[in-house]
Amino acid sequence: MTENVVLLAHGSGGTLSQELIEQIFVRHMADDVLSGMEDAAIVPLPSEPHGSLALTTDSFVVQPLFFPGGDIGKLSVCGTVNDLAMRGARPLYLTTGYVIEEGFPMADLDRIAASQAATARAAGVRIVAGDTKVVERGSGDGVFINTAGIGLVPDGVRISAGNAQPGDAILLSGAVGDHGLAIMTRREGLEFASPLSSDCAPLNDLVARMLAACTQIHVLRDPTRGGVATALNELAERSGVSMEIAEEAVPVHAPVAAAAELLGLDPLYVANEGKLIAIVPAGEAGALLAAMRAHPLGAEATAIGRVLEGNAGRVVLRTALGTRRLLDRLAGEQLPRIC
Amino acid sequence: MRGFRDPAAASRLMDAVRATVQGTLRVIEFCGGHTHAIMRYGLRGALAPQVQLLSGPGCPVCVTASADIDQAIALSGRPGITLATFGDMIRVPGTTTSLQGARARGADVRVIYSALDALELARALPQREVVMLGIGFETTAPTIAAALRQAESEGLANFTVYSMHKLTAPAMRAILDAGELAVDAVLGPGHVAAITGWQAWSFLPEEYGVSCAVAGFEPLDILQALLACAEDQARGEPRITNAYGRGVSALGNSTALRLMDEVFMPTDAAWRGLGVIPGSGLAIRPGLARYDARQRFGLPGMAEGPLDAEAAVGCRCGEVLRGVVEPPQCPLFGAACTPAHPVGPCMVSAEGSCAAYYRYRGIMDI
Amino acid sequence: MCLAIPVRIMEIREQMARVELDGVERLVSLALTPEAQLGDYVLIHTGYAISVLDEAEAMETLQLFDELEQASREVEEEERSRQEEDTARVEDAKTGLGGPTP
Repeated sequence: MTENVVLLAHGSGGTLSQELIEQIFVRHMADDVLSGMEDAAIVPLPSEPHGSLALTTDSFVVQPLFFPGGDIGKLSVCGTVNDLAMRGARPLYLTTGYVIEEGFPMADLDRIAASQAATARAAGVRIVAGDTKVVERGSGDGVFINTAGIGLVPDGVRISAGNAQPGDAILLSGAVGDHGLAIMTRREGLEFASPLSSDCAPLNDLVARMLAACTQIHVLRDPTRGGVATALNELAERSGVSMEIAEEAVPVHAPVAAAAELLGLDPLYVANEGKLIAIVPAGEAGALLAAMRAHPLGAEATAIGRVLEGNAGRVVLRTALGTRRLLDRLAGEQLPRIC
Repeated sequence: MRGFRDPAAASRLMDAVRATVQGTLRVIEFCGGHTHAIMRYGLRGALAPQVQLLSGPGCPVCVTASADIDQAIALSGRPGITLATFGDMIRVPGTTTSLQGARARGADVRVIYSALDALELARALPQREVVMLGIGFETTAPTIAAALRQAESEGLANFTVYSMHKLTAPAMRAILDAGELAVDAVLGPGHVAAITGWQAWSFLPEEYGVSCAVAGFEPLDILQALLACAEDQARGEPRITNAYGRGVSALGNSTALRLMDEVFMPTDAAWRGLGVIPGSGLAIRPGLARYDARQRFGLPGMAEGPLDAEAAVGCRCGEVLRGVVEPPQCPLFGAACTPAHPVGPCMVSAEGSCAAYYRYRGIMDI
Repeated sequence: MCLAIPVRIMEIREQMARVELDGVERLVSLALTPEAQLGDYVLIHTGYAISVLDEAEAMETLQLFDELEQASREVEEEERSRQEEDTARVEDAKTGLGGPTP
């Protein structure tokens, strides 16, 4: 490719578009169906005879585009794969749409597409359809990516945000706050002895192991924007239950805790991109935790609390001091505070 | 330094506080940071009903009058202006919108963490006028003063400060002077006192007969201060106590105080919900007018208008702060004044008495 | 109001210092605390050190809390033994085996 930045002409549908798609997207995705460049991808149904389809879509607008532990390409696969997995679905196919700002460095676009393709391969999903648009300089912020996904939910799996039952155990797959703080500290000029890294990861394999170990999973949720606190509030509300969480049980890595303290943030409200909350009957919690801990993405999995009856929507935190307080949901954007 | 969060010591201190209190101890914490820590560590519920903790006017952001925010918003819309502000300020509503609303409509509003970042912006954007919103109590004002001096020594011609700084002691006096008082003690703001020294708060026992314990922000700091207040109550002898010895001295930070005095002078200031309080603000001294955004851009010294309207329509924030009325007793509460459209500072801050009361309908303590 | 965090000074370069908290570092200004030394704990607020912390005083305070703990444990033990005595007395009274009558 002769140009080292993206031109408006790359989105025109002409020769340059063709060149961009072939040399970047088709090359990295290396998928027979995508390479066909038909108007719609035609893909085989999975071999399982029964089940339901799960569909989801998500758009990604992260800044910076490249951050420790990931980039917007990786994130765009993890986000959609994880949304499918949180319903118990096995992700099968993804589509991706790029909105690129005129003048965006071709080398960066190449890195993003390569990372997206590698993440999809690692997650065992195929990117089978795509779209590219170029907008005028100033009308975008580098690159926006949309992905949509299709997955298969086996018969008998009923996982929903509204399924938490009083008496259930609340499990968390690992330490919180890594993603949000890895991104925020890039902007706030903090430095780390051992650099903070986003936890961005596809969780479908972990979920498959969990489903194999426990057929009674009531709720799965990835605590992304708004963090664990906001996710728990949503689940408590949707299920019409209350919850009690032990603050000390929620793992937070030391540098994350320190960075959060310096910026005046609470890790419970900071975004994660590779963690999940699982709500299961208390009797199943032990076996499920063991299965989670056997997986690299669940090595720090732990029980953080339980579901209670009544006071629908209320989440109570038992603090390290043994006192109790309401754990509210996040009101607005998480910003560093001085007050 | 982590020792100040020790659960065992906290539990002993709580027992000691409960055992010492005679009847009920009513304490107002001046500072939003204390409110935050008290909520975060669940101290309010744990010490009730013997200790009633009332939330004070909160943070310098919450007490900024909407007229002042309107002016900052108007300034941010002028061509060539880049407005640099702490993140806290960006959501606080003016009359019709907030700084984040102004940013959405095209104003160049940047969130910064430090006055040093505003200097950096001014160096990086020589063709733009970088205006730093000077928000903050005595803790923050010296950092802005230091930045202004730095700009002066570098000859940074495109850096100005829009000072909305507020002073805590005059406000505390105004709240206490305004009428009946139903509190036994005040938790003194520890990080303000790190600059001013704890002696700046001795007027509370001396002139108002109210105990004051200057406190840090870890649970043991706050409990230690509450214990001192409880002991005063038991003895019937209001005193000033420095319960934040590691960070606060009697006379404070002399370098910071000198710098603040060189750059700023006291002026009248408008407080959201409390009205105009004489001598409670900081204006940039005339000699440094070229770094004063009010001078450079022809803004009035103190915002006028909606502030008076606020006070007139019956906001009872002052009485909530003095512990005389509960939030629902204010005629505006829940109707004209809600977290989305706050009138007084107690509603602006998520942790303010009125906002917390509104969200939890009084059941903050589980 | 006024979020300030205790951090340790790792390096001083003119008016700036590299400070550390649990493996996280940042540069802060010492313009307001020219007396700060390498290794000192300082309170930082919006990128400036605003106070040099008195470590000895901090240790002393924590020591006091420990003593308070000791003292309250003793009080508790005293109370417990008093309660035990009371209970014993009540039991005695019930069984009519002596002790003061109520």
